[in-house]
Amino acid sequence: MTTPVIQLDHLGVRFGKRDILTDLTGTLSGRSIGLLGPNGAGKSTLINTLLGFYQVSSGTAQVLGLDIRTQIQQIRAIVGYMPENDAFIYNMTAVAFIRLMAELSGLPTEAALERAHEALFYVGLGEARYRKLGTYSLGMKQMAKLAQAIVHGPKLLILDEPTNGLDPAARQRMIRLIQEMRDSKDLHVVLCSHLLRDVEETCEEVLILKQGQIVHYSNLEEERRANKKFVEIEAGGDQAGFAEALQGMGCECAVAAGNRIKAVLTDGMEIRDIYRVAAQRDVQLRRLNYRRDTLEDIFMKAMETETANGRL
Amino acid sequence: MAVYKRSYKGYNGAYTPEWSRFRVLTRYGSRGLFKSKFLTGFFAVCLFPFLITAALIYLNHNATILAMFKFGKNVVNIDSSFFSQYLQTQVGFAFILTAFVGPGLISPDLANNALVLYFCRPFTRTEYVTGKLLVLATLLSYITWIPGLVLFTIEGSLSGWHWMIANFYIAVAIILSSLMLILVLSLLALALSAWVKWKPVAGALVLGVMFFGTGFGAAVNGIMRTSEGYLFSIPTLLTIVMHSLFRLGRFTDLPPAEACIALLIISAGCLFLLGRKIRAYEVVR
Repeated sequence: MTTPVIQLDHLGVRFGKRDILTDLTGTLSGRSIGLLGPNGAGKSTLINTLLGFYQVSSGTAQVLGLDIRTQIQQIRAIVGYMPENDAFIYNMTAVAFIRLMAELSGLPTEAALERAHEALFYVGLGEARYRKLGTYSLGMKQMAKLAQAIVHGPKLLILDEPTNGLDPAARQRMIRLIQEMRDSKDLHVVLCSHLLRDVEETCEEVLILKQGQIVHYSNLEEERRANKKFVEIEAGGDQAGFAEALQGMGCECAVAAGNRIKAVLTDGMEIRDIYRVAAQRDVQLRRLNYRRDTLEDIFMKAMETETANGRL
Repeated sequence: MAVYKRSYKGYNGAYTPEWSRFRVLTRYGSRGLFKSKFLTGFFAVCLFPFLITAALIYLNHNATILAMFKFGKNVVNIDSSFFSQYLQTQVGFAFILTAFVGPGLISPDLANNALVLYFCRPFTRTEYVTGKLLVLATLLSYITWIPGLVLFTIEGSLSGWHWMIANFYIAVAIILSSLMLILVLSLLALALSAWVKWKPVAGALVLGVMFFGTGFGAAVNGIMRTSEGYLFSIPTLLTIVMHSLFRLGRFTDLPPAEACIALLIISAGCLFLLGRKIRAYEVVR
């Protein structure tokens, strides 16, 4: 049995009298996990709690099998964190800064220097590695933040709004790097963002938070697979007969307004079978779409949901 | 993760022991200190009293020179008062050095939100403060107890073992006085540096606390006709304890024990302030 990446066990966080996270419970095991939610939903608070920056008021959580209440130093040793806001020492060169971060993570001096160079090359800052961080552009600063998060070879990489303020090209570069790291199988990624596209492009699982509670969990891979079975057909001719014929093949069918038929295909059934039935019935197929339940649909539905005790 | 491959790879090498990681900050913190010409020059000036005192000790034992300049038996009396005077001179230099170096240790990290990057690693707040404190402590050691002990050893080697054994308490006083000075000044500088993110203001505050406290204490003593006002003056408190350690009698009416307690309370206050400010994120309740 593989160890879950994050296991939430009735986790609650309170600042003064305000409940920020309430009774979060669930298990996340994907290689890349997206944390979604509107501003103030508690995404960053959850991350900061998992890193031990905020005190837990109730329950607990585990990161790669390590408890955040009792094993926070061990957790920090295997986690790389890229914070949302600028966090640098401006008068240091990038390579000195990344090396310092590597040494603080426990790498010996020589290994830290070697890894610092490699990390900076990897994120595309190789040529600018001897420049002071204060002279970097916003996109370069984001990349430097990513470099410091991966320099010690973490097992879990936590990225808080990594594409904030990036232009389209830089955003693409950042997304490509995240995908590459995810696919390297060397580490897990937790991506916290309010940008649905970023999460959709990089994550296998999505946890949606609202007002400090979990409102939805979705395995995007399974959703994508499931979506392939739903088709929406716009047909001209004998629609009722066409729907009946599809039902005869085992499909669930419903005729909707605007000459549209919605069908759930059976296992083994393919699109060419629909064309064949349409030809037999002399039905004109004007449009045929897979249903695309996008992350935006999932997110909007989740936002309409009343919070449900924060459980998956 | 070889450079030419440019692909992500984890790290499987050795790790340094956890207890030793605070020294990384000390190393990095010390590295940039002497980039400033002013600091380098001032640090050299701080060593002048050592050279002058060493020369005095040498002259004191050189019969030829004593006879040549008709100094009589000796130039100065080398006793606990002599070493205390030397250390008192260094206290002044230590204040200025602390005001110059101290604020640059923590305030840039706070101003640049860098603390979160330190504490998302297996690196505690205590280690952070220890690492930063050691930068100042090392620097101040070079101008206080290390040269003080060298002077004591020179005098001991010239006067003989009997003198050394009889005056061993002077060596202890040099070490304890210096450590107390270093601890109080370093904690004060770090605490003020943590509370004021702007480096020049933090530096001014360090000096302000020293001089304003002394002035305020003197005013309290004058108005209330008491000696309790010295409790507000860190330099006076340090001097009171030093006098006691060097067995020179009372410096003021304030008992050395009270001065010690006051210094401990100041240090505890500084630690409390550091504990409040040295966090990855501030929690707004």
